[in-house]
Amino acid sequence: MKFPSISRRRAPALILGALAITAVGVASEMPKIDLTSGDPAAGKAIAMDRSKGNCIACHLIIGGESPGAIGPALIAMQTRYLTKEALAIQIWDATVKTPEAAMPPFGRHAILSQQELADVVAYVWSL
Amino acid sequence: MNKTHLMLTALGLVCALGSPLTVAGTPQEDQATFQNYFKQRFPHVPVDDFKNGAYALDPVGRENWEAIEEFPPYEAAIDNGKTLWATPFANGKTYADCFPDGPGIAGKFPRWDKERGMVVTLPLLVNECRVANGEKPYGYFLGPLAEINAYMAYESRGQVINVAIPADDPRALAAYEKGKEFYFARRGQFNFSCAHCHMGNSGSTLRTEILSPAFGHTTHFPVYRSKWGEIATLHRRYKGCNEQVRAKAFEGQSEEYRNLEFFMSYMDNGLELNGPGARK
Repeated sequence: MKFPSISRRRAPALILGALAITAVGVASEMPKIDLTSGDPAAGKAIAMDRSKGNCIACHLIIGGESPGAIGPALIAMQTRYLTKEALAIQIWDATVKTPEAAMPPFGRHAILSQQELADVVAYVWSL
Repeated sequence: MNKTHLMLTALGLVCALGSPLTVAGTPQEDQATFQNYFKQRFPHVPVDDFKNGAYALDPVGRENWEAIEEFPPYEAAIDNGKTLWATPFANGKTYADCFPDGPGIAGKFPRWDKERGMVVTLPLLVNECRVANGEKPYGYFLGPLAEINAYMAYESRGQVINVAIPADDPRALAAYEKGKEFYFARRGQFNFSCAHCHMGNSGSTLRTEILSPAFGHTTHFPVYRSKWGEIATLHRRYKGCNEQVRAKAFEGQSEEYRNLEFFMSYMDNGLELNGPGARK
């Protein structure tokens, strides 16, 4: 299932001109992460923490206070990602699947540690 | 998926698109595309209201802002700036000796200086005026330089942004292109470009904050931000944006920021200057 965000609807042509010269960060594959070790409660704390995951800044999460509206709502996640690993890859680096995604590459840029990533995956998977 | 879309995707760039497009070439074409993008995105916003940033989109925020504007928090900065403007340097000269047309000249900046081969901005020239008269330069982000520029911005209110990229100097176009590249390049640990928030997601919300449209960003500086509790320059804002995406900021009046200002101001051509401004 696809949830197009506002950013996907339309973009000005000039972006092309500018971006043709913009090098794209070299995509790196997600290393093997033990996703079974994820703790959903810890993941929730990270998802709500402004200095950590801060998922709530852009995504509606049921029960989360003042969510942003930039990314899709985090609901029915298991209907959208068939495996935890698929979800983890999306959080590791959303630009793998969606090169123009605004979402920060939480794994690739080491915004979260591997354990924190596993925790967030466990939490988001439960939504 | 059409060819253009494929190319965009392959390049891993900002914002996909739903409609066919052509590769933009000249700054004039960029400007038309840029301005039309926002006009179409926000069809209910009168064009001359884009100078008011997020308040052009948000009626509640606008009400608060208009209440704040009744006793403008930047008023003291204008007064201080006016005093500084009129106070002679140790050598007896004043800023008026550097700027014979008076303080209301913000509409002429930023501009390409062919002799120097660089973009010059008003804060840069104010500081250079000081140094040329044997005074110490001010910091470029806040304090007295921002105050003098607040006064100059106030005296320039109503002027229309009209940045030119002279065709007789290819370096001017190169500076514009560098500014544009800066604008659309991802940077920082968070991997955002300026455009990610202020084009593709403008009008959307980051938590409860409405992301302001890029069109109009340069009209109202220097700006008093309640968050700062003081008045500061456009380059101070750039620094904050860069740091927010966890990138290393550049120096005030660095070539990077001057070129960025050149590009952004050129995109804003036709809008009225309404600085100094007040923002959250």
